[in-house]
Amino acid sequence: MVRPQIVMYEEEFNQIQDVCEKLVRDANAIVVFIVDKNGQLIATAGEYENLDTTSLASLTAGNIAATGGMAKVLKENEFATQFHEGEHQNVHIQIVGQRVILVVIFDERSSLGLVRLRVRKANQALNTIFETLVQKANDPNASSPLEEITDDDIDNLFND
Amino acid sequence: MSFINYSSREINCKIVYYGPGLCGKTTNLQYVYNRTNPDAKGKMISLATETERTLFFDFLPLSLGEIRGFKTRFHLYTVPGQVFYDASRKLILKGVDGVVFVADSQIERMEANIESVENLRDNLAEQGYDLDKLPYVIQYNKRDLPNVADVSELRSVLNTTNVPDFEAVATKGNGVFDTLKATAKLVLTELKKGS
Repeated sequence: MVRPQIVMYEEEFNQIQDVCEKLVRDANAIVVFIVDKNGQLIATAGEYENLDTTSLASLTAGNIAATGGMAKVLKENEFATQFHEGEHQNVHIQIVGQRVILVVIFDERSSLGLVRLRVRKANQALNTIFETLVQKANDPNASSPLEEITDDDIDNLFND
Repeated sequence: MSFINYSSREINCKIVYYGPGLCGKTTNLQYVYNRTNPDAKGKMISLATETERTLFFDFLPLSLGEIRGFKTRFHLYTVPGQVFYDASRKLILKGVDGVVFVADSQIERMEANIESVENLRDNLAEQGYDLDKLPYVIQYNKRDLPNVADVSELRSVLNTTNVPDFEAVATKGNGVFDTLKATAKLVLTELKKGS
C-alpha cells in the first residue's frame, strides 16, 4: 500500500507561506522556497515570477540527496546546511527537521551572516508546523481526496 | 511518495525510468518532452556528461489534467544506467511512486538487462520498497534494430511477474506514451487503493 508522504492542508500551507514571506523580508532575500526531499515544491515567496522554481526544486532535492550520500560515506548523519556562492547571487540551503529543505536565494543586499541568523529562526517555526502536519496525516480518521476517485475518473484522464 | 496539496489542489507523483546503460531512458523522456503541449510541461533537465551520458538524472515535470478538481502532476526521472553510478541510482529511487523498466531488446544486452532488473529490485529493497508491490511497467525498446531478441524471450526472462509491458522504438516515439500512460494509471490506481 502506498501512503502519501506529505499531505498539505490549507491551514498549515498558509502558516508555511507566512514563514517564507517573513524570511524574505527579514533576511533581505530575493526568493525563499521550501521543497520536500523528493523534489516537490511546497511553498515559494519573494521575486520568483521569472524563476523556474519546479526545476530548482528538483535540483535542490538532487543536491541534498547527493550530499546526504556523501554524509553516509563519511558516517555523518547529514550535512544540514549548504552554501553556494555565485558572482551575483548566493544560495543558502537548510534541511528542516530531516524532512524538508529551506532554500534562500540572496544577493549583495544581504549577507550570509544575516541569512543564517534568520534561517535559524524560520527553521524552528517550520519544524513546529511540519510536526503538526505529520500528526494530521497520520491520523487514521483523516480523509483523502483520492478516496472519491473512481476508475472512470482515472480512465478519463487518459482519453485522447 | 506522492504529495497531496489541498491548498493548491494538486496531486504530485514521481515516476522513475530505470534500465541498463544506453537502453533509451533519456530518449523516452526527450520524446515525451518534444510531443507535449507547452502548457502541460516544465523544462526538461538533464544532468549529463560531456558525451551526453546521464550523470545524475534527467527530470521532466508533466501535468496530466484534473481529477475531481485536483491537478495531477507527474515528475519523470531517469537514473544513470552505467553500472558504476549505483549510488546515484539509489538516491533517485527515493520517494518513487511508479517504475518503468526500459529494456534494451538487443540480444547482446540481455545480460545487462537482467543485471539491471536485479539491481532495481535490490536498490528498491534497500529503500524499503518491494518491486512486486509498486506500480511497475516494462518497455522492450529498440524493436527496430536487426539483432533483437523475441518479445516472448524477453518477457520470459524480464517479466516474470506479468506486469504490463510494451514494445517500443523510443527514437521514433513508438510505445513511449503507451508506457507512460500505463504507468501513470497504475500509480493513480495504487494511490486510490492506499487512501
